[in-house]
Amino acid sequence: MREVAIVAFGQSAHVRDSAETSEVEMLMPVLHDVLDRTGLAARDIGFTCSGSCDYLAGRAFSFTMALDGVGAWPPISESHVEMDGAWALYEAWVKLLTGEADTALVYAYGKSSPGDLREVLTRQLDPYYVAPLWPDSVALAALQARALIDAKLTDERELAGIAARSRRDAQSNPHAQLRGALPAGVPLVAPLRTGDCPPIGDGAAAVVLAAGDTARRLTARPAWIRGLDHRIEAHSLGVRDLTDSPSTRLAAERAGAFERPVDTAELHAPFTSQEVVLRRALGLDAADGAVRINPSGGALAANPVMAAGLIRLGEAAARIHRGDSDRALAHATSGPCLQQNLVAVLEGE
Amino acid sequence: MPDVPEVLTAPLVVEFPFTRSLGPVRSAFLTGLRERTVLGVRTGDGRVVVPPTEYDPVTAEELRELVEVGSGGTVTTWAWNPAPRRGQPLTTPFAWVLVRLDGADTALLHALDATGPDAVRTGMRVRVRWAAARTGAITDIACFVPDDGPAGEDLPAAHGGEFTDPVTLLTAPARLDYTYAPGRAQSRYLQELSAHRIVGERCPSCRKVYVPPRGACPTCGVATDTQVEVGPRGTVTTFCIVNIKARNLDIEVPYVYAHIALDGADLALHARIGGIPYDRVRMGLRVEPVWSGDGRFPDHYRPTGEPDADYDSYKELV
Repeated sequence: MREVAIVAFGQSAHVRDSAETSEVEMLMPVLHDVLDRTGLAARDIGFTCSGSCDYLAGRAFSFTMALDGVGAWPPISESHVEMDGAWALYEAWVKLLTGEADTALVYAYGKSSPGDLREVLTRQLDPYYVAPLWPDSVALAALQARALIDAKLTDERELAGIAARSRRDAQSNPHAQLRGALPAGVPLVAPLRTGDCPPIGDGAAAVVLAAGDTARRLTARPAWIRGLDHRIEAHSLGVRDLTDSPSTRLAAERAGAFERPVDTAELHAPFTSQEVVLRRALGLDAADGAVRINPSGGALAANPVMAAGLIRLGEAAARIHRGDSDRALAHATSGPCLQQNLVAVLEGE
Repeated sequence: MPDVPEVLTAPLVVEFPFTRSLGPVRSAFLTGLRERTVLGVRTGDGRVVVPPTEYDPVTAEELRELVEVGSGGTVTTWAWNPAPRRGQPLTTPFAWVLVRLDGADTALLHALDATGPDAVRTGMRVRVRWAAARTGAITDIACFVPDDGPAGEDLPAAHGGEFTDPVTLLTAPARLDYTYAPGRAQSRYLQELSAHRIVGERCPSCRKVYVPPRGACPTCGVATDTQVEVGPRGTVTTFCIVNIKARNLDIEVPYVYAHIALDGADLALHARIGGIPYDRVRMGLRVEPVWSGDGRFPDHYRPTGEPDADYDSYKELV
C-alpha cells in the first residue's frame, strides 16, 4: 500500500465571534500558511477536500464561497463533506492511496457565532422522535455524563480535573480560545458545569497530505498515516450503552492502534465526560499515564465545530513533525454523545 | 486600501417546513401515541425496541412485529435542565430522561416534570403525561411525571399496529435565528452602495476586478485588495425570462433577469431589467441602475438609450 503522510498543519486563532471576516476571509490566511510550510502553490495540489456545515451560519452552499480562497478556477479536482474536516482528510487519504494524486489540501472551517449552536445542533437529530423535542447538545452530553457517574466510571471531581488539565495545557497553544485556570462554573445541564463544556467559537484549520517520496521532500519528518478508520453507533441514543464507545474501539483496532503503544493521543472530546469514555475505549488508562493526552488542550480549549476533529489530526501530526512524538493516535467525533468516531495512527520515521 | 469598515450585521431567519413520510412502523407508533398507546417493535432475537425502528439497530434486519408496551417505565439516565430553551417540552426547569418503558429493552428520550434535581434519580419510576391535544407526534407525550406505581405486567403485549385514520406524514416546522455578518469585502461594498457607488475589488495577482467583491480572487486564491469604482452603466451579457411568480416577491411576471457586465468589471453581476418590455431585452443592451426607495441598492437596471455594445466587447464575460 502507498505511504501517505500529513506534511503540514495550520490553523486560525479560534475566537468567540469573527463577525469582521467572512468565511473565506477567515480561511484564506490558514490556507496560505499551510501551503507556505510546504513551498507548494495551490496549482501544485493534486486534490482538495473540505469539511463544513451550512447549518452553522445558516447559508446554503457556503462551502462554494470558501473555495474562492483556494483559487478553484479554472476547475481543480475538489470535493466536500458536510462533516468535520477529519472526514475530508479520510476522503483525501483514500484518493492518495488510489494513486490518482500525490498531494492533497484538506481544510475545514466553522463559524458558530451567527447562530445559537446548541439549537442548531438539534437539527442533526432523528427528525421523527428526537428533533421535535429540541434537546440541545449540552443536554445530550449531560445524559451521557450522568450514565458514567451512575456506573461509577467517573465523578465530578475527575471531570473538573480533565477540564483544568486541558485549559492548563492550552496555555502553550497560541490558537486556543480558552486558556489557563477557569472555575468549574455553574451546572449548565447537570451534572455538566460550564467548565465541562467546550467554548463556542469560530475557526479554521488545514493540512497538506503527500505520498511517499513527495512527503519526504516537502518536510523533514512526515507524520505517516499508518492506519485510519471510522465507525458509527446505532442511531437512537436509547439503544446505545452511553458509557462505552464500541465504534471508537473498532475504528482504533482497524487503524492498528493497539498493535503498539502510542506516546500521544489527541482526542476529540468536546465534553470532559467524553474523554473518560474515549480513554476507556482506547485503553489509554492502562498505560500507567505514559500517554500524553491532548497536549494542545483539546476541544475543551477550542472547539470550532467542523474543524475541531481535523485539528486533532493536525496537532498530533505537528508533534511528530517537531520530534515531540514518535507514534500518536488522533481521534475525531461527530454527532451527539460520540455518535461517529474516526481514529488515525500517525508515526514519524 | 480604506480602513476596516464597520462590521455590518443583519438578522437572518431560516425556516425548514419539512413534511416527512412515516412508513409503516413510525406511522403505527405515532398514531398509537395519538390514541394513548405506546408501541414497540420486536427484533429477531426477541428484544423490544421503543421508540420502534424499521430496521434492527444491530443487524439491520427489517422489523415489522409491533407490540404494545407500558406507559410507565424506569429512568435509565437523566440530566437536570435549569433553563429550558425554545421548543423544548416544558417551560419550567425539568429533567431530560431516557426512560425504559415497561416491556421495552431500549429507552426513549423525553422530559420529566419534577420539582428539582433532588427529586430525580436513575432507576426511579415514571409514567407518561399525555398532551391534551394529540396529533400523532412525539410531543403527544407532553412529558413524564414521577410515579410510585409498580411496573406494568403482561408486557409487551401483541398489537397489530392498526388504527383508524392513521397518520402517515409528519410536518415538522423548524426555525433557526442567525445574525448574518458579510465580512470585510462585502461590508465595504454595501457601505459604498448606500452612497450610490458601485465599488468592486481588484485581485493583486491577475488584476481582475470583481463586483460584488467576495474577499478572494477565485482564480488566484488571494485576497482582493484594491477598491475600484465600476459602472454604474453596464451591458447585458445574457438573460432569462421569468414566468413564475416567486413567493413574497411583488414583481409582475414575465420579467427579465440578466447578467450585467458593469463598465470596468471583469465578472458579470445579476439583476432584474425593467423599463423595457420583457421581449425587447437583448444581449448587448446597455443599462444603468435604478435605486431602491431607500436608496441603499439598485432595485433593478433600465436601458440607457445608448447603442447596443459589440459582442466582442463583452464575449469574455458571458
